[in-house]
Amino acid sequence: MTFTIPNFIPAIPEIFMLVMICVILMTDLFLGKRIKSIAYSLTQLTLIGAFLLTMHQYGMPKVYTFDHMYVLDKLAILSKLAILLVSFFVFLYSREYIGMTKLPRGEYHILGLFAVLGMMVLVSASNFLTLYLGLEVLSLPLYAMVALKRDSGVASEAAMKYFVMGALASGMLLYGLSMLYGVSHSLDFTAVAKVVSETSPAHSLILIFGLVFIIAGIAFKMGAAPFHMWVPDVYDGSPTSVTLFISSAPKIAALIMAYRLLVESAPGLIIQWQHVLMVIAVLSIVLGNVVAIAQSNIKRMLAYSSIAHMGYMLLGIIAGTKAGYASSLFYVFTYSMMSMGAFAMLLMMSKSGFEAENIEDLQGLNSRNPWYALMMLLIMFSMAGIPPAVGFFAKLGVLEAVINANMTWLAIVALIFAIVGAYYYLRVVKVMYFDDPKDATAVTAPMDMRIAITINGLAVIALGLFPSALIGLCRNVFFG
Amino acid sequence: MHQDSVLHNLSLTMVLAPLLGAIVAGFFGKVIGKTWTHRVTILLLMVSFACAIYIAKLLILDGMPSYNGVIYTWADVGKYQFNVGFLIDRLTAVMGITVTFVSLLVHIYSIGYMAEDDGYQRFFSYISLFTFMMLMLITANNLLQLYFGWEGVGLVSYLLIGFWFHRETANFGSLKAFIANRVGDMGFLLGIAAIMTYFGTIDYSTIFADAGNFTQTTITVLPGVHWNLITVVCLLLFIGAMGKSAQMPLHVWLPESMEGPTPISALIHAATMVTAGVFMVARMSPLFELSQVALTTVLIIGAVGALFTGILGVIQSDIKRVVAYSTLSQLGYMMVGLGASAFSAGIFHLMTHASFKALLFLSAGSVIIGMHHDQDMRNMGNIRKYMPITYVAFLVGALSLSAIPPFAGFYSKDAIIDAVHLSTIPGAHFAYICVVLGAFVTALYSFRAFFMTFHTKERMSEGLRKNLKESPWVVWVPLVILVVPSIILGAMIAGPMLYDPHSILGNSVYTAPQYDVLKIMAGHWHGAWSAVAESIYTPAFWMSIAGVAVAWLSYIVFPRLPNFVTRRFSWVYYILDRKYGFDDFNQIIFARGTVGLGKALFKYADLKLIDDYMVNGSGRGIEWFSRTLRKTQSGYLYDYAFAMILGLLVFLLWLLLG
Repeated sequence: MTFTIPNFIPAIPEIFMLVMICVILMTDLFLGKRIKSIAYSLTQLTLIGAFLLTMHQYGMPKVYTFDHMYVLDKLAILSKLAILLVSFFVFLYSREYIGMTKLPRGEYHILGLFAVLGMMVLVSASNFLTLYLGLEVLSLPLYAMVALKRDSGVASEAAMKYFVMGALASGMLLYGLSMLYGVSHSLDFTAVAKVVSETSPAHSLILIFGLVFIIAGIAFKMGAAPFHMWVPDVYDGSPTSVTLFISSAPKIAALIMAYRLLVESAPGLIIQWQHVLMVIAVLSIVLGNVVAIAQSNIKRMLAYSSIAHMGYMLLGIIAGTKAGYASSLFYVFTYSMMSMGAFAMLLMMSKSGFEAENIEDLQGLNSRNPWYALMMLLIMFSMAGIPPAVGFFAKLGVLEAVINANMTWLAIVALIFAIVGAYYYLRVVKVMYFDDPKDATAVTAPMDMRIAITINGLAVIALGLFPSALIGLCRNVFFG
Repeated sequence: MHQDSVLHNLSLTMVLAPLLGAIVAGFFGKVIGKTWTHRVTILLLMVSFACAIYIAKLLILDGMPSYNGVIYTWADVGKYQFNVGFLIDRLTAVMGITVTFVSLLVHIYSIGYMAEDDGYQRFFSYISLFTFMMLMLITANNLLQLYFGWEGVGLVSYLLIGFWFHRETANFGSLKAFIANRVGDMGFLLGIAAIMTYFGTIDYSTIFADAGNFTQTTITVLPGVHWNLITVVCLLLFIGAMGKSAQMPLHVWLPESMEGPTPISALIHAATMVTAGVFMVARMSPLFELSQVALTTVLIIGAVGALFTGILGVIQSDIKRVVAYSTLSQLGYMMVGLGASAFSAGIFHLMTHASFKALLFLSAGSVIIGMHHDQDMRNMGNIRKYMPITYVAFLVGALSLSAIPPFAGFYSKDAIIDAVHLSTIPGAHFAYICVVLGAFVTALYSFRAFFMTFHTKERMSEGLRKNLKESPWVVWVPLVILVVPSIILGAMIAGPMLYDPHSILGNSVYTAPQYDVLKIMAGHWHGAWSAVAESIYTPAFWMSIAGVAVAWLSYIVFPRLPNFVTRRFSWVYYILDRKYGFDDFNQIIFARGTVGLGKALFKYADLKLIDDYMVNGSGRGIEWFSRTLRKTQSGYLYDYAFAMILGLLVFLLWLLLG
């Protein structure tokens, strides 16, 4: 067996990230006490660097490397760009909060960067092993981040639940992958796809077994019903800055994982996975939207809303068409943007010793800071799918995809529960604008956060007015 | 390519400048103050006007081909594409000048008229926004954008009618305008939908190119009844035009719209917005020319309106209402022109009407300023002594309106009357009688108002008379400017507009050869001055003279005559005073009927069925569901794991067994 030096070029952003993580680890160890902001600054520099490196790869033809285990295609590049951009905003929003709640800075940033690295590996996987590697590099730091507030019982409990459930889900995923391997004798997506499509009915039993286990793993990662149980507890129990992170970028990675596992490596089982995903999507949409109504804690409410959104996002995959996949991608990009904005607003309202986490904490925000209230209003409208906010086009895209796939009933169910869901989003708006504030002090935040939330809020409306650019990018991934 | 980009940029500037003005005045008006508000909006409108003139020069004088381009694709849904796009042709150029010119003068005039008003900035923001919407309407290259502008001007119009929203009558008028227009817009929207369904596009150029293929297509709306598609489409579109251009029986809102400030009456309810229907029919001429039924309908409705709403003007005592009814009547004339396939004549009358009607309204406004917002002519008289400039301006407006040669109105109205005379389509004969009689009525009410206001005895109170003086220069300068086109516009462009083989509108309107009356008339055209000389052989001329004479006799020579006629023919007066019963009919049938129906539905359908069972019921249901489902989130790890494994098993079994 000869050893050839693999082509490192496609993985340059990941390699850069890893090197920088080590650098930050060391600098934080030696300089962290003296220069408080060093971890933050280096982290943002790393993300910008990785973003530019990935940007440089944009438009490259599809290339495999590391013995066909790693792929750099349009999907990988676009989702990496989105992940890096979202993560940049996440760390920006968290800066103030981390200082205020005295969370360990170095650890937060390093763990966060490792998770970003995991996502990047995950979206570039072309082999079960790479995919699993990326998934674990993503998940393990997240477990630790949830538990970052060590003296908090709720946080530790959430971390523990997340870890145990996550381990269970990883086990299921691995088990499922091993069954596919057993049939196909390969771990490579394209090779597996070929075998799965050609396999005789005699083997279909084991394939279906494997598929269901894989879907369970994916659904857990997304936080879709009935594998969603961890979501509310983890969202609620973690420090808000961690919730912000968990609710945004990893959703993108989870969608890409679903795409790679289901569409790329098991296209032959489309009928089966469509059926299972349909049930998951409907359950998520119904349960997420309905239970969110009963929540008084806004973090839990947003947790259920994220479950519902994952259901909507899955609709595009269920449609099984290129247009459908593109609409899912658009959905997840816009969702992570909206979710990020909503949690960022909670971060900005928190003060030392006070965590904004109940809906009533938003009371009268309009009189405390009308601009923030407007931004939150835009984000809530967008989440509810009210035009012209971008959330409307996101929902329109996935609904159009399922209708074109002759699953009109699915679209109708999704639409009815979107209306139900509008209730709790609009309640937030009502509380902000029509209730009197309990605490009349003005809400302020540092300049960079103000700019970021403004960009975030206005992007929601700007992308809604001019959606074609981003839709075009997403479609280009699958049609180009 | 280069020419296209010139037109593209010019039209974009022309359209967007007023929008910018509206934004500045609307959002920052309080910050920058009153003076800067009107400076900014007027400056931007001048930019817009300059662009309009330059566009007209390029297209009409230099003969540049028209521009049709997409600015932005708004949505791409299935087989339909919705664009924001411009079609800049000669028709647009002519309309662009008219709109921006009148709007500019009204902006200037409003500095004086609105000076004391608290809503100064709001007012300027609205009229700039109106100009933007109107320009969007006339530059559209597709029906959706036309509809956008259409509803946009409507919106601003309702806002401005109700500008003094603390007045009960203003709110009523605004509501009435809104409701009457909804009826029209409903038809218009259905028309657009029909076009979209059958033509598969809303783009003008494609529609016109394909129109010939649909002449034999029939559609079945009621079972067993087949209607010609083009006819249905045109009639539906025309219903929209009837609403906006206040044609009978949807005209009821226009007199009520006089509750708005007078500059608005001049700009929106006389010169521009109400002519949108006329513009639309002219724009859609390639469709209307394919349906004789539609043309006849336009002709008859226009003719009936021209005569009968004019008669109502004779008995009004509010100076603005007289001018309002005259607007209704003149809009009827424009429609008659279109119905007779003399599209150029209709648009020509639109232009001259824009100048002399704006002149009349602004003069009336000037009088109203002097009279401290008393609009009743019974309290006026002999105002010429105090307001000489306004007096001359109103006189010119009245002469032009009464179609006395050689004023502008003569050329355009005479062309319409001739066109109807020559037209061969069914109903043309009836329409001809209406418009000729209308000429008498027009002159009668115009000069009645003129004599009552500016001549006769002074009837105003002593206090008012002492303060009566000419309005400030910002008010009379626009009047003087408007006097010019009201006199010369007709003689100047009647030839090139109507009779020249390469007429000003060129191929932007389409006339089918068999209906082309203007071509016949061109044979008799020997220039503007000989037209004046020949006019003494036309019945319309004598009708106008008679109208002036009757007004003079009854208000100057025998002032007791009107009272005698009113008493002797009290039943006629009664009918006219009730405005032929349209308002009462609407009030009793539509208003009361709707209220009754609404109440019944509210009580039984809404409160009981919808609110109680469906809305609150589903709310209660969801809430219960929500509380129950919430309990599944027990907080125990083993429950969570159980749910996961259960889910997994169910899926497995389902796939394996199912």
